[in-house]
Amino acid sequence: MSVSVQRDDFDPGVESAALSQGRCDVGGVATFVGLVRAANEGSGVFAMTLEHYPGMTERALEEIAEEARSRWHLLGVRVIHRYGRLEPGERIVFVGVAAAHRGEAFAACEFIMDYLKTRAPFWKREETPEGARWVDARESDDSAAARWDDVEMRR
Amino acid sequence: MTVKILYFASLRDALGCAEESFTLPSGVSTVGDLRAFLADRGDRWHALAQGRNVRAALNQRMAGASEPVAPGDEIAFFPPVTGG
Repeated sequence: MSVSVQRDDFDPGVESAALSQGRCDVGGVATFVGLVRAANEGSGVFAMTLEHYPGMTERALEEIAEEARSRWHLLGVRVIHRYGRLEPGERIVFVGVAAAHRGEAFAACEFIMDYLKTRAPFWKREETPEGARWVDARESDDSAAARWDDVEMRR
Repeated sequence: MTVKILYFASLRDALGCAEESFTLPSGVSTVGDLRAFLADRGDRWHALAQGRNVRAALNQRMAGASEPVAPGDEIAFFPPVTGG
């Protein structure tokens, strides 16, 4: 399965290794791991709780992975996103992409993260010294996703 | 003639409602119509009013205001997503 939405932690090393396990056509694996920061927008963050839309979340991530496969020639894609309460330093998200060459792996990994940020139905609520607050979406996330609109397929 | 409506995150908190079964009134044929109808309930439902930053999904796919709704559909309203 290439997409998982789960409460539990994951092992980035195991996930990264699995993308090239037993294969001799993979020339590179690019991975991204997103973590909980202890500060956001000037406030300390004790913890955050990630809410999601069960059913839609899995489908949205699968469609994003599929879109990446249609844009680049990829040999493996793995996306894991956690939900529930997470503390600073904990892992939130893993994206791993295997390809024959690094260009495709780097680009597809970044593309998946940019699309996930604007299309996967997750919402963060932070616990701060001033109380709990929902995290606002950033316009920079929209512009990061939009820049792929003009990118030609690089195969 | 009913649809299922879900609300998530800060929007659910503002509305005090996570889910409802809703009978489509005549004249409500798109996601945008539905949103406007709900916003007209007044008071806290103004959180759904035009100009508020609300996104929608129809049957678990991101949906624009012009997409048609039909009995049996699942429609969700929520703020812009903040995962990753």
